[in-house]
Amino acid sequence: MTTTLPEIDRRPLRRRQWRRAGVQVACIVITLFMALPIVLIGLTAVSSSAAFAEFPRPFIPSGFSGETLTSFIEATGTIPALGNSLLVGVYTVVLSLLVGAPAGYALARYAFRGKDTYQVFMLLARALPIVVLSVPLATMFLDAGVYDTVFAVTLLHTTLAMPTTVLISASVFVSVPTDLEEAARVFGCGRFEAARRVVFPLAAPGLAAASIFTFVLSWNEIFGAAVITLGHRTLPAQVLASLGEAPQAYRFAGGFALILPALVFILVMRRYLVNMWGTTLR
Amino acid sequence: MVTRLKRSPWLLLAPSIVFMLVLFGWPLVQGLVVSASGDAWGRLFGDTYFLQALRNTLLLIVIVVPVQLVLAVAMALLVQARPRLLSGHFYLWTIPLAVSELAAGLVWLSVFDNRGYLNSFLVWLGLSEDGVQWLNYTNTGTMLLAVVVAEVWRATSLVFVIVVAGIQMVPRDYDEAAQVFGASFWQRLWHVTLPQLKPSLQVALILRTILALQAFAVAQALTGRNFPLLVGEAYQWYVNLQNPPVASAAALVVLAISLITAVLYLRTMRQQGAQR
Repeated sequence: MTTTLPEIDRRPLRRRQWRRAGVQVACIVITLFMALPIVLIGLTAVSSSAAFAEFPRPFIPSGFSGETLTSFIEATGTIPALGNSLLVGVYTVVLSLLVGAPAGYALARYAFRGKDTYQVFMLLARALPIVVLSVPLATMFLDAGVYDTVFAVTLLHTTLAMPTTVLISASVFVSVPTDLEEAARVFGCGRFEAARRVVFPLAAPGLAAASIFTFVLSWNEIFGAAVITLGHRTLPAQVLASLGEAPQAYRFAGGFALILPALVFILVMRRYLVNMWGTTLR
Repeated sequence: MVTRLKRSPWLLLAPSIVFMLVLFGWPLVQGLVVSASGDAWGRLFGDTYFLQALRNTLLLIVIVVPVQLVLAVAMALLVQARPRLLSGHFYLWTIPLAVSELAAGLVWLSVFDNRGYLNSFLVWLGLSEDGVQWLNYTNTGTMLLAVVVAEVWRATSLVFVIVVAGIQMVPRDYDEAAQVFGASFWQRLWHVTLPQLKPSLQVALILRTILALQAFAVAQALTGRNFPLLVGEAYQWYVNLQNPPVASAAALVVLAISLITAVLYLRTMRQQGAQR
């Protein structure tokens, strides 16, 4: 007769293992949902035209070729539109920092009457779809003689970016310790000098991160750019305008070309994502 | 006087105020004036597309926003569980943040197109002879489905990032305490985690509602004008029908609905500020 030990209850352990497996499977399912469409449009964009015409279309195209992408790039208007998009993006970043960062600095460093009103106004402007105002804005630009220019699109995109630029740069300046600025002033810097030599270098990384978000905003904006331009379109506006008469292949090549920068943006900005878009921007 | 002005923060604020007045305030007034002239409102409301667009836009919001909130909370909880390859998953889940609306529409066009991947898959499985006409103008239901899927894909990331930021601010002690006292996963989620996430969820809800009101290029890329949305109508009236007053009127409708939502947003922000 042997004494048997009481059986070990393995259920909690097993439940734990099941849960971990469930988490892994759920993650993979969501990742497939997020990534598969990008893979699919990528595969479409590099299919040869024979493979593109096949139906049912195999997952891996039967023939690869760069002809779809090259014909998209060579299509009338693509290269100039790309140039316009880049210009508008860079100008928007510069202009919104020039106008918005001083306001952010004022919010961070001064207590004054009307501060609350100003902040509420900016929050409201941030929440409103300013972009729908492009329609009356287009009429204004026509009267002012700047309709259909890179400058006009820059003005619109800067307006869109202004509330977030002000609010983000305020939070960036708040995080620069006042002590350093005061020390600089003790040693004889004026207010402006102290801001330029001490505060600005310390705030630069945060402002740079904010600038990339402004650039993405401008790069992706489509309604306003489509309304206030005709000949000098940005890339999304150009693709949208060509949708009507373009062949299917052009659409997929265009869509893929618009996505590529997003892959890079997010890769570069991973570290700032949660802080910027999650906390500050809300 | 000069020194007072120099020290005044208003000197620093002035450029941004002038900028916003000229490029936000003035067009708003202009839009109201232009749309009031002639019979712009009558033509807009009399247009059959407009009522469809209003219905579609509201339908889209009612379906998409709750789906996104649930999905985003689930994704944030998965991140909390620290799965393997977390940074890879995180990267792929946030890519749509930087994808434009138009690109998102075109991506899903490659899936829902008549000769696209979804139909190829169905035919390959033998479920269908030659696929379903997902984007045909007679199939309002499947068009809505395609636009909903594309919107969920594109904008869940934004909600996800807001919720992740919110979850990080919640101390884990409460959750652990509940665990010690034997609360199940669902009990902890419902009674501990979600109440603490409420502020983030409110903000995400309202921001997403306003952004969903602006959706237009997704539907444009997938269906053209077959599935009209409000902002899409403003675009049609301006670009294709060359009628700025009616386009302004359509834009103002979007603005008015957003304004109501935005006031809710500000009130939530105020309450949160008061709580802190």
